[in-house]
Amino acid sequence: MNMERHKTLREQEGRSRSGASRGGFHPLHWLRNYFLRHLQTFVYALGQLSRKPFATLMTSAVIGIALAMPAGMHTMLRNVQQVVSGWDSAAQISLFLKQDVTAGQAQVLAEQLRGHPDIAMVDFISSEQAMEEFRRLSGFGEALDALTENPLPQVLVVHPSLANQGAESVERLLESLKVRADVDLAQLDMQWVRRLFGLMEIGRRGVWVLAGMLALAVLLVVGNTIRLAIQNRRDEIVVMKLIGGTDAFIRRPFLYSGFWYGLLGGVIAFALVEGALGLLKTPVHELAGLYNSQFALQSLDLATVSILLASGTLLGLSGSWLAVGRHLRDIEPT
Amino acid sequence: MIRFDNVSKRYSGGHEALSSVNFHLAAGEMAFLTGHSGAGKSTLLKLIALIERSSGGQVVVNGQNLAKVRRSRIPFHRRNIGIIFQDHRLLFDRTVFDNVALPLVIAGCNRQETARRVRASLDKVGLLGKEKAYPITLSGGEQQRVGIARAVVNKPPLILADEPTGNLDPDLSREIMGIFQEFNRVGVSVLVATHDLALIHTLGQRILRLEHGTMAGDPRGGVA
Repeated sequence: MNMERHKTLREQEGRSRSGASRGGFHPLHWLRNYFLRHLQTFVYALGQLSRKPFATLMTSAVIGIALAMPAGMHTMLRNVQQVVSGWDSAAQISLFLKQDVTAGQAQVLAEQLRGHPDIAMVDFISSEQAMEEFRRLSGFGEALDALTENPLPQVLVVHPSLANQGAESVERLLESLKVRADVDLAQLDMQWVRRLFGLMEIGRRGVWVLAGMLALAVLLVVGNTIRLAIQNRRDEIVVMKLIGGTDAFIRRPFLYSGFWYGLLGGVIAFALVEGALGLLKTPVHELAGLYNSQFALQSLDLATVSILLASGTLLGLSGSWLAVGRHLRDIEPT
Repeated sequence: MIRFDNVSKRYSGGHEALSSVNFHLAAGEMAFLTGHSGAGKSTLLKLIALIERSSGGQVVVNGQNLAKVRRSRIPFHRRNIGIIFQDHRLLFDRTVFDNVALPLVIAGCNRQETARRVRASLDKVGLLGKEKAYPITLSGGEQQRVGIARAVVNKPPLILADEPTGNLDPDLSREIMGIFQEFNRVGVSVLVATHDLALIHTLGQRILRLEHGTMAGDPRGGVA
């Protein structure tokens, strides 16, 4: 293309020097022609693809599915993250007291613990309170009426003092509370949150690994499709070369085909992820309602959509670039 | 326009297609290249169009030593040569108009200019009414004329034709050769490879004769 451009430039310049009256060289005019030609090929490539809608859709769908998997996983993780955000700062220990401990005894114990230097605050949840809340939220109202006695224990929620939020000191506090005679079970609510965060970190890395592998798959799919297209149009390429088509000129429609495949794949991936989220929206909302939460499933954000479309396009272009680079040179007129 | 100095071409298999070929085609001159099958006619044309490169000697086309043309410059070299093939090499998924327009599209010609020149070119070969037709619907002679229109649409100073009448009956062949002579009359250099001796002897043009890869007969070269 550069060569071609230089040649045209030189010719045009020569002409303008030889006779200004003949119009000469207008950079703007030339630039307009250049972009017009690219635009023509751009649209031409799309036209070529639309002539074989089924084959085009198949290829794009494969790309779409490959892109949808990491994008979907990423979106799910983002949603989970939103649910658990803020949980990590609230390290608290739940003390489930033994069945025979009465509310009064629990109150005394709570008061006692409030004096502990490592403890900032103690909330007391009586078994009645817990029962009431359970009745209200669980939907087992009438079934619970059938119980002759309240099976729920008294619970103390211990908030460690801010100075002792570190994992070790909380752990120490937990051990000291565990061994008390009136405590049935001491549970650090942090632990499962930490594990969840650990899992999510693995998930995040997993998304990247998956994205990397599937990106490679997209490259190969596009590369192979373009390779076949090049083979199908072998005669045409030979003719183009014989009548003076530059490599850049011959390459261009194939590159734009790759571009379109990638972009279409990105759009399909977007539709797949949004469709899946749409299917999950109602049940997730219902589930969140059961947990007394206002959580609603987040759809794809603008940044993710842009990355999805951009990476699709880029992968399509690079895939076709690889194929074109490898196979176009081999085709020479004989 | 074309000068061969001691040109030889040996293919990788060891077969020597041309050996020590000398000839000169002046600018604006027309000549026929004859010889039996395998005498090296096609190879000679391929060397001029840089489809093959010579293994020895010097080929100069339009003042340019072809040994010095880099691979990336080959397309620009070919744009100065209108090449016509025995099998036409048309694109069958495009109309006659689009086929003829191809060299102009490649050169980046604008739309109006392209349309004007394609029509002018089709007019010259007598196919102005067929621009919207697809090549497959045309007869062999018409297809060949589309090939000629495509070769001359960007007004190259040199036309090469490889057996352009190979599949045509005598009347059509005469017609095709007549078209070449017309182009030659307006100053285009023409080199036509053919083995249709009966026809070309009636045309009164210079005849170059290849035999087993050597120039056996050239009225200007002094070899009998």
